[in-house]
Amino acid sequence: MTAPFDMNDDSVVVIIGTGAGGGVLANELAQKGVSVVSLEAGARYLPDDYVNDEWEAFGQLSWLDPRSTSGDWRVARDFSGLPAWIVKAVGGTSIHWAGASLRFQEHEWKALSSYGAVEGANLIDWPIDAAEMAPWYDKAEEKLGVTRTGGRAGLPGNNNFKVLEAGARALGYKEVHTGRMAINSAENDDRMACQQTGFCFQGCKWGAKWSAAYTDIPRGEATGNLEVRERSHVARILHDDTGKVTGVEYFDADGALQMQKARIVCVAGNSIESPRLLLNSASSTFPDGLANSSGQVGRNYMRHLTGSVYATFDKPVRMWRGTTMAGIIQDEARHDPSRGFVGGYEMETLSLGLPFMAAFLDPGGWGREFATALDSYENMAGLWIVGEDMPQETNRVTLNADLVDAYGLPAANVHSDNHANDLAMRAHAYAQGKAIYEAVGATRTFPTPPYPSTHNLGTNRMSENARDGVVNRWGQSHDIANLFVSDGSQFTTGASENPTLTIVALAIRQADHIASEMSAGNL
Amino acid sequence: MPKDTNADPRAMTRRQLLARSMAAGTAFLVGAGYVAGKSGAWALEVTTLAPGTMATLIQMARDIYPHDKVPDENYAIAVKGYDDPAVSADIEAGVAALDAAAAEKGFGSYLGTGWERDRVDILRGMEDSAFFQTVRGGLVTGLYNQKAVWPIFGYEGESYSKGGYIDRGFDDISWL
Repeated sequence: MTAPFDMNDDSVVVIIGTGAGGGVLANELAQKGVSVVSLEAGARYLPDDYVNDEWEAFGQLSWLDPRSTSGDWRVARDFSGLPAWIVKAVGGTSIHWAGASLRFQEHEWKALSSYGAVEGANLIDWPIDAAEMAPWYDKAEEKLGVTRTGGRAGLPGNNNFKVLEAGARALGYKEVHTGRMAINSAENDDRMACQQTGFCFQGCKWGAKWSAAYTDIPRGEATGNLEVRERSHVARILHDDTGKVTGVEYFDADGALQMQKARIVCVAGNSIESPRLLLNSASSTFPDGLANSSGQVGRNYMRHLTGSVYATFDKPVRMWRGTTMAGIIQDEARHDPSRGFVGGYEMETLSLGLPFMAAFLDPGGWGREFATALDSYENMAGLWIVGEDMPQETNRVTLNADLVDAYGLPAANVHSDNHANDLAMRAHAYAQGKAIYEAVGATRTFPTPPYPSTHNLGTNRMSENARDGVVNRWGQSHDIANLFVSDGSQFTTGASENPTLTIVALAIRQADHIASEMSAGNL
Repeated sequence: MPKDTNADPRAMTRRQLLARSMAAGTAFLVGAGYVAGKSGAWALEVTTLAPGTMATLIQMARDIYPHDKVPDENYAIAVKGYDDPAVSADIEAGVAALDAAAAEKGFGSYLGTGWERDRVDILRGMEDSAFFQTVRGGLVTGLYNQKAVWPIFGYEGESYSKGGYIDRGFDDISWL
């Protein structure tokens, strides 16, 4: 059933990466009869392989290739070699994601127009808007089986949600529910309902959570139009004298350098690897890297505001039981500059097991102040803050000439400084989180710093004008017609919502565009 | 700190030996090639590190992440990996520095510093050192990723093998 394509077959679309962007794009194109070769750096793990043990799963699934960090963000101090908590596997970070599936709000597509110029921020409007995206969101919600859309019921609330909800109601918050989740509340699309097992971040062993690993990827392969080559790390995108891309060089599972020809190349390696690949593909024609005439490749790195608030109570909560992120307060997601910042933030339930709580509650912390917090682990509740952070030109992914990966390729350095707007929003969110839990009797609350980033965004951003970004409204690079970007790196701004639903909606839309342009002979 | 002590961990001065063995009397049993709990509930064989060094590490581990309900044995398990020729020289040097810091504050050794408050004060003074950060960082996984300690914190670990919590209390909170 899996289609094997010849290395010299220059009619195929090569997609680099198989996550929410690349995996969906591959299936959507394959369903339309387009021949696709997907190159995935990681190996293939399916629900039977997932391990409900935090560190073991981290070692199994995470992208742990060398990276470096700089800037004033605390991750650079506490986890200097691990800027991101993302996955290296067929299916990418759609194995790890928690399932929160929210549409952008209308104003968030037009950040510059909505917020006005913000000093130090490199804001622009997306070249697309809510009305244009609405039908693609519909398709994405169907594909993912998102609860509270399409007539699907919400998930039941677990203990952690019940604490959040009670605190939120006490504060007068209105938009409080168990989320719009790509986790089945009832059997759907040949996948079973959530069994409230926890360990959503470690891969759903029931398959109740949508992941490209066991939905789009095998369905694409079943068409006979998709070949997934796993453990294939792309080193460089090649081009001809006319500036069109012609194929890719990659290291195969045995470490041998291979070259696959291509009619179109789509980059979907996540917002750190995608710009790294474009920069590592520099040539005499494109000395600053591919698609980089604007100089924007790697810039405007965003990671969402993030941060957590954990609280202890005098009685047990057992927050780890049940769906990790099925709980949300949306009242603060609005744009209301009277709070002292532009944009907004969501508050979502989150829990960590004891091993990860020890690592992330207060990285570097020790002594009784720290230890007594963990002594109350069973009595803890927790929430995660997902807020819009400001794009800044100087927050960027660059090549680190002094650090190479196993193939000798320069690794990525991820530089991030907090913007004043980020700091103001995080302070507000910490205060609200504290108030929520204190309203239901918290004995102690903890402002927990951001974890290594799971929402990596913006480093090949979409722009109307070629000088402002890397790709156009279709994710097609401004400079090279047959080179596309298909992951979260094309985000113009981050909005306050978890990004996966938007990545999927953009991938479905992009597949439609690529297929029709191929049919029309334009690509 | 004296260089010769670093070079050969077993070449401790008589004073150091005395200090450590006395100190061991207060917390652990330290003998030739082993450290044990006073109650006899556990014993740890050491082959590379000086036994007194291992005893010091165990005490240091508890002082860094003090959980009064977690037995010494789990702290011993968390640091026993340092009994390894690849790292033992650095660890001996680190513990020697720790003892030197204790001596500066008027104590015979770290292990001989009888009160937690005083030991923590010593640790605060060296928390930026590579040795402290290595031991602290190692404990994050070495201690908290021991499945044996999870029940002490109430953490239940995986539930997949039991069918999740859908029928086992995912929403059983009763005090709200």
